[in-house]
Amino acid sequence: MVDFKLTNKQLLAKKLFAEFAEKEIKPIAAEMDETEVYSLELLEKLKKVGLLGIPYDKKYGGAGADVLTYAVAMEEVSKVDASTGITMSVHTSLCCPCINDFGTEEQKEKYLRPLVNGTWSGCFSLTEPGAGTDASGAKTIAEKTEDGKYYVLNGQKVFTTNGGFADVFIVFALTDKTKGPKGMSAFIVEKGTPGMIIGENIKRMGIRAASNVEVAFVDCKVPAENLLGKEGKGYGIAMGALAGGRIGIAAQATGIAQGALNEAIKYSKERKQFGKPLSSFQHTQFQCVEMQTRIDAARLLTWRAAKAKDDHENYTPLSAMAKLYASQVAVEVTRFAVQLMGGYGYSREYPVERMYRDAKITEIYEGTSEAMKMVAGGAVMNAVK
Amino acid sequence: MKIVVCAKQVPDTTEVKLDPKTGTLIRDGVPSIINPDDKAGIEAALQLKEAVPGSTVTVVSMGPPQADVALREALAMGCDEAILVSDRAFGGADTWATSSTIAAALKKIDFDVIITGRQAIDGDTAQVGPQIAEHLGLPQVSYAENVEVDGEYLKVQRQFEDRYHIIKVKMPCVITALAELAEPRYMTVGGIVDAYDSKEVKVWGLADLKDTIDEANIGLAGSPTRVKQSFTKQPKAAGTVLKDLTPDEAVDAIVAKLKEKYII
Repeated sequence: MVDFKLTNKQLLAKKLFAEFAEKEIKPIAAEMDETEVYSLELLEKLKKVGLLGIPYDKKYGGAGADVLTYAVAMEEVSKVDASTGITMSVHTSLCCPCINDFGTEEQKEKYLRPLVNGTWSGCFSLTEPGAGTDASGAKTIAEKTEDGKYYVLNGQKVFTTNGGFADVFIVFALTDKTKGPKGMSAFIVEKGTPGMIIGENIKRMGIRAASNVEVAFVDCKVPAENLLGKEGKGYGIAMGALAGGRIGIAAQATGIAQGALNEAIKYSKERKQFGKPLSSFQHTQFQCVEMQTRIDAARLLTWRAAKAKDDHENYTPLSAMAKLYASQVAVEVTRFAVQLMGGYGYSREYPVERMYRDAKITEIYEGTSEAMKMVAGGAVMNAVK
Repeated sequence: MKIVVCAKQVPDTTEVKLDPKTGTLIRDGVPSIINPDDKAGIEAALQLKEAVPGSTVTVVSMGPPQADVALREALAMGCDEAILVSDRAFGGADTWATSSTIAAALKKIDFDVIITGRQAIDGDTAQVGPQIAEHLGLPQVSYAENVEVDGEYLKVQRQFEDRYHIIKVKMPCVITALAELAEPRYMTVGGIVDAYDSKEVKVWGLADLKDTIDEANIGLAGSPTRVKQSFTKQPKAAGTVLKDLTPDEAVDAIVAKLKEKYII
């Protein structure tokens, strides 16, 4: 049975997300972009309404909602501010799943609980200056001390979103340099651990409000009990988290696109040229229909991936395809929105130029569009015998 | 403390459009919300609950089955129980029939205080809250802009046009809330999950209220009000502004105007 409708519970959640985005995020989104600083006051509000614990079990203090509800939240928030979208996403679908899916009961009590009950925020440190799409090229190392009580981390990470304020870092490092990806392990590192040095915010084209930093490890001692899973399981943990994370990014891209199209349509009704509103030109209408059709398709692909994750099916190729398509749509629709609004669209008085800049990253982070094709390649090619 | 809040689901517009022919509300395409004054009442109830440990908040609404979502929202904000008073027999009720029906439901619940909104944005009568108090024989304080618990009393700040009164009222009692009483909190995501998965909205129909209700006072037949005409208030005409007058000249000008209109 195919059902493209949200349940009443999901609809009520959508109402909350939309109201929260409109009242709490939208009024400060432009200012956060200008100053390139994420509002910690807003972060606290996100925690308070449960936006940082959506698809996590009530047993650990999470909201107990499904992945689809999380995707709806990501879209609603990203309609007004993609930076808040990525802040939520890195916390919810990169940091937390590593502990939720691979942590021991003790690790879950100590770290997952405060992360999903609105006390802490988290981040995910995988990418290195020399290891992006090829994450297996990571060079950060983790050596166990002779007494077996600690791992000592040395190396450098880059583009760690939320790193400027996060309480918990999931850090990937090689426990066996000779084994490549099979020698990679995942660690839970607490903010303030001596030897973990947080760099300055990295200047970016878009999602400028989000915190995004370099992180260096210099003889950083992490307790051995903070190893996630077993030694050598890190690469799999990272890839698993990213497969789920892409549902969030696909939803974010859908939200950016819908937010930009809404702005453009609103403007087209007010703006008069050649004696009539832009919206009355058939060309405008045709283009808006084209854009809305693509946004709807992106949303449905995203929901399909989210539903598959909720149903514990193999969602990896589905989330890759959803992200691949939704990110293209985000870039296309925001470009259209700026074009339709002309000089005003290009001016920073209106939000569409920000959305245009924000959209581009969705084709890059949590796996580039090219990497998405690598991820989904097997499933697509093997579907035909 | 047992707190009951009465809340109504209304169309989301402060300027409700009327069908000029029938004089009834056009609800098509207008999203529904919890009436703003009632939502402030819910928030005030939740604050009282937090101030007095062990308290519970029950939210009661009368309306069609679709009002379920308004009650789920109240549950997601933190209310403990919800009752939807709903039956075709209650349809077409004016304020008298509505308050009679709600009072019949409230007679079946334990409470120390009943909080209602001052008035609903789709009717603007401000009658149902006070009528409920009369049906139940309870003291009432309307237009509350602040409420504090003081032992077995409530201290209520009641708003007037140019002042406020602080009134001490013994519980059980009825308070009607202004939107200014409290800024409603957001639902929480976990609260929404609970509202659907672990809490319930009880639906009480006519049969459930048969021992407390007077069937002569319900529904369209039990409604003495006949609406002659409904209309949106027109803005007042711009007044006359007299500038740069001395106080004496101003007094003379006003008195002359009043005489001209035969007011004095």
